[in-house]
Amino acid sequence: MAAKLLANGRRPTSAREYGPMLALALITPFVMLLFGGFLYPVGALLWGSIFVPEATLANYARILHEPLFLLVLWRTFEIAFVVTALALLLGYPVALAMARVSGRSALLIAACVLIPLWTSVLVRSYAWIVLLQRNGLVNNALIETGLTDAPLRLLYTQGAVIAAMTQVLLPFMILPIYSVVRNIPDDLVRAARNLGAGSFQAFVRVTLPLSFPGVSAGVLITFILSLGFYITPALLGGPSTLMMSTLIGQQTTELLDWPFAGALATTLLFATLLLVIVFRRALALNKGFELG
Amino acid sequence: MDGASVSVHGLGKRYGAVRAVKAVDIEVRPGEFLSLLGPSGSGKTTLLMMIAGFEIPTEGSMRIGDRDVTYVAPNRRNIGMVFQRYALFPHMTVADNVAFPLRMRKVEKTEIARRVANALALVQLQDFGKRFPSELSGGQQQRVAVARALVFEPPVLLMDEPLGALDKKLREQMQIEIKRLQQRLGVTVIYVTHDQEEALTMSDRIAVMRNGSLEQIGSPTELYDSPATPFVADFVGKTNFLEAVCQSCNGSGLEFGLGQSGFISLKDCPPNLTTPPRPGEKMRLGVRPEAIRMACPGDSDDRTLNGVVEAVIFVGSFRTFLVRLTGGELVHVQASTDHDMTQPNEGDRVGLTIPGQAVQIFRERRQ
Repeated sequence: MAAKLLANGRRPTSAREYGPMLALALITPFVMLLFGGFLYPVGALLWGSIFVPEATLANYARILHEPLFLLVLWRTFEIAFVVTALALLLGYPVALAMARVSGRSALLIAACVLIPLWTSVLVRSYAWIVLLQRNGLVNNALIETGLTDAPLRLLYTQGAVIAAMTQVLLPFMILPIYSVVRNIPDDLVRAARNLGAGSFQAFVRVTLPLSFPGVSAGVLITFILSLGFYITPALLGGPSTLMMSTLIGQQTTELLDWPFAGALATTLLFATLLLVIVFRRALALNKGFELG
Repeated sequence: MDGASVSVHGLGKRYGAVRAVKAVDIEVRPGEFLSLLGPSGSGKTTLLMMIAGFEIPTEGSMRIGDRDVTYVAPNRRNIGMVFQRYALFPHMTVADNVAFPLRMRKVEKTEIARRVANALALVQLQDFGKRFPSELSGGQQQRVAVARALVFEPPVLLMDEPLGALDKKLREQMQIEIKRLQQRLGVTVIYVTHDQEEALTMSDRIAVMRNGSLEQIGSPTELYDSPATPFVADFVGKTNFLEAVCQSCNGSGLEFGLGQSGFISLKDCPPNLTTPPRPGEKMRLGVRPEAIRMACPGDSDDRTLNGVVEAVIFVGSFRTFLVRLTGGELVHVQASTDHDMTQPNEGDRVGLTIPGQAVQIFRERRQ
């Protein structure tokens, strides 16, 4: 109410009172980074894939004609889809619990979510190797309980890649959902209960639809991150689980075929963009409300 | 629809070592408008939440009509509720919000449409069904919340400071609308507020709460004219408190000494005291600012208290004078502005007459 007025009698609204020069100064470092670190190299790759050594679409034709590359592209999307679905399935209840409880248990859940996030992806991927290798924890447990006689081949399978990626990406699903669910007023759920909804009905009719913005953000982030995931598939996957980023890595570091790597990267980039646009269109239908 | 009675027996809520509500007993009559009035932290909201079923009491029981609902789930209590911030579902239209309780009760579709239309007409929002809550003003949202809480014709309606977010003008208008609606429908209302004016305007009876206990329950006039405790005297309306010592107590009345400030005499002992004060006993006297008569010193031969006007506060229809008595007590005196007499200014010496029947006497209580 008693907000301080500016000299011209207006109330300061942060967006307006930044002069254009200050605004420019504030975004310059980021814009420079965006140009130098992203747009320029991506542009160079794109350029290289078409104009080096001479103008040709041969690199793209190669992707389309060799079944391996299309298969890898397809598998990448498939794995990303499964990982996203699993992360949603496992992450949603955690986000819900995190938003509901308070005090020490909230801290405990937050720690369980955040500490893995702060741990290097490399470490976590090696941890999965320790778990899944021939004489690893999982195999030993299986043998000792008599479920199998000989150790199973767990490592370098699609299952290993999916399990590890889900675990690594889970926080990116949990946190956006949590931040939305936490801001759903308790009174809305209470109102639903008061008006005759059982606790399950109240969840389905109120909490779930109101958490959609968080779900869509989490799904989008997780899906995009898993499309370009490199370390985990490279360490835990075998030749039969080759993903796009591993393939691109091979082309640049082993075969030194930069134009073709550029073509692969461009294909992945545009496929991702297309999917994001479709996804946002589909979810825009739910945006007819705001919380609070 | 007919209102149901709500009886609360020894109801209490304990959070660890803290007793938020201490063994409260209230009988709400069918069709009555009862306010729970108290400052924040007095336990009035916790009490309401227990009646609604959102908090489980740690002691006591409650009934709605003939039914014991102490441990009944909130969705099975059939109580309407209007929340402080309305709690409208932001992802549903106004009509869907109002239809929600009917859908939960599996009412037939055409019947739902009819009753939603009726409920919206009841609060004069018949053309707003297709809008979303975010497209409505605060007052309109408030009305949707009322329509939603009444559409399934509950016998009891709970309201948790429903007007707190509205500005003063709109609040006064809504007070009248809600009161009228309640009288027309005959529903029992339990209304939580910390605004004593609101409680006085709307209620049949007011339950004043303090520190988790019921301080006094009664009609607005009872609370205003004969408060049971200094707390009620201070919280409902304004009261001047004066420390006094009983000088005499006999057939011709009571006399109290106010130290250097003078004396006050009463004809009868007020009914809130079960035993009359003994001479020499220390008491607190409560006097409403509007009950005090002010005169220039020497104008009246009554025994008056003398003082000096320290400040004059203009409040529109009346003025409040802050008068410092000879003994140092500061007394608020309220006088109608259209009074004929020339009104004193700051620094003027005045005499105060306090009619005996306007004085409340409270025994000093060890807190």
